[in-house]
Amino acid sequence: MSATTFEPIAARPAPVKTEGLVAWIRSNLFGDWKTTVGTLLVAAVLLKVLPPFLQWALFNAVWTAKFELCNAEGAGACWGVVSEKFRIIIFGRYPFEEQWRPLISTLLLCALLAGSCMRSFWKAWLVPLWIAVLAFFFVVMYGGVLGLSRVETDRWGGLPLTILLASLSMAMAFPIALLIALGRRSKLPAIKTFCTIYVELIRGVPLISVLFMASFMFPLLMPQGFNIDVLVRVLAGITLFAAAYMAEVIRGGLQAVPKGQIEAAATLGLSYWQTQRKIVLPQALAMVVPGIMNNFISTFKDTSLVTIVSLYELTGAMSLALNSDADWRPFKIEGYLFIALIYFGFCFAMSRYSLWIEKQVNKSKLR
Amino acid sequence: MSEPIITFNKVNKWYGNNYHVLRDIDLTVTKGERIVICGPSGSGKSTLIRCINRLEEHQQGNLTVDGVELTDDVKAIDDVRKKVGMVFQQFNLFPHLTVLENLTLSPMWVGKMPKKEAEEKAMEQLKRVRIAEQASKYPLQLSGGQQQRVAIARALCLKPKIMLFDEPTSALDPEMIKEVLDVMIEMANQGITMICVTHEMGFAKAVADRVIFMDQGQIVEQNTPHEFFNNPQSERSKDFLSKILGH
Repeated sequence: MSATTFEPIAARPAPVKTEGLVAWIRSNLFGDWKTTVGTLLVAAVLLKVLPPFLQWALFNAVWTAKFELCNAEGAGACWGVVSEKFRIIIFGRYPFEEQWRPLISTLLLCALLAGSCMRSFWKAWLVPLWIAVLAFFFVVMYGGVLGLSRVETDRWGGLPLTILLASLSMAMAFPIALLIALGRRSKLPAIKTFCTIYVELIRGVPLISVLFMASFMFPLLMPQGFNIDVLVRVLAGITLFAAAYMAEVIRGGLQAVPKGQIEAAATLGLSYWQTQRKIVLPQALAMVVPGIMNNFISTFKDTSLVTIVSLYELTGAMSLALNSDADWRPFKIEGYLFIALIYFGFCFAMSRYSLWIEKQVNKSKLR
Repeated sequence: MSEPIITFNKVNKWYGNNYHVLRDIDLTVTKGERIVICGPSGSGKSTLIRCINRLEEHQQGNLTVDGVELTDDVKAIDDVRKKVGMVFQQFNLFPHLTVLENLTLSPMWVGKMPKKEAEEKAMEQLKRVRIAEQASKYPLQLSGGQQQRVAIARALCLKPKIMLFDEPTSALDPEMIKEVLDVMIEMANQGITMICVTHEMGFAKAVADRVIFMDQGQIVEQNTPHEFFNNPQSERSKDFLSKILGH
């Protein structure tokens, strides 16, 4: 038998997928009888539900801010409520003539938030910039200097308050969560026990009761004349609450980093903190980006609970705006839909951003 | 006889309460010596070498590495780890860092070396293991043999006096074993103290000064490779050799 020579076959491109709308519909919607039945059922439901909804929301809707028109026979959605109550929904109980102050400080805060999401902003100067912007925010909102009238924090409200509470509590909860997660894996029993008790205690109670305690119980325990602003107390409550959940998500990531990574770091002489910072956390956090974003999104929406301690953030301000006016009170559904749209806008942006982050941190796994 | 660099004196170790993994280990390694440790799995080979850089701690006896006795003293452990490099079976490269970053990490953060200098030194080591052209890739983009050579280069960046190899070729495809062994043989010829857990008997014959055979946590036999392979003293080593060389 003579030896045959090995002739490598040249690599060819993968076959092109069949494109086109008709081909897509045929294979995805009417592939076999089960998909066909499913498609028809969904189509039937849509045909039943969609036309009346569109009729209500668009075609019969009243767009002018006249509640008499909204009460007329056959009138659909009353979107006029939004334009009529816009200022209260967005800014809450903040004094009407002074609402330019929350407007510019919130725009500035939002710009910084958006900027902080971008890679080119991840420099050392970002921290002082944050401090500067937050200082600006508080000075402009609170006033009492530079000829600005003083506005107590209990009158802050609406979207600025939602954004402030959410961004500050997320920013503070993240480092706390990191430390708690590391602490729960510590070899030192005191640290480990403390972190475990913290997580279990906080997770064991609803956020509402944490806020309630922060708002009403805490002042009772403090000596006479000593008081911390309600906004700060509530902010601390949300932060500690979010941190407990996030710590567990991060701990999940820490556990998924192979032991060999820590051993290799040890043989290279890295200290505990160097190992965590350079080796363990970058890998652990990359694995739990979806979980952390989950926490961020729920924290953002959880801020709506501060209404129970009389801080009127977006949701609270909306109820306040409509409850205080008997003429417009019947059109709460439209109001809720409007703020739902705002919440959705923020949350959707966060979830798209999380996908981008995932791509960034997984670059090393690409072939 | 040249001076000792590692001494085990009646070292004992247990995993949990019942598993006696190292039993009365007495062993002296001299400077520049090249040792191959073999034995069946579970015999304590890996544990033995992992005690040398304190990835495992022994509970009884004394273990001294380059004049430093290993105890709970963190400073002593740091001291020893600076002198001892290690290569693992599973490579343990850092997957989120490039090849070059894997090598410069410790010189920059532990050795406080400027970035540029660390990178130059790292490139030298990568050339030594013949993989310089892959410096900017991530570990998972390399083959197993390439990854293991990077791991060797990473350990060499610390200029260790002692190199430990824990089954460095066991996770590799047969075709890649040779490229790693070639690099190790080259190193062996440069006078570094080497302790290698391996079943590559060809490697043992080519470079080892001494072969140590372990079973059930004990050193059963130690001898020159020539004597060990041709004239094993104990029944247990004869049995082991007949199994690994028998086909």
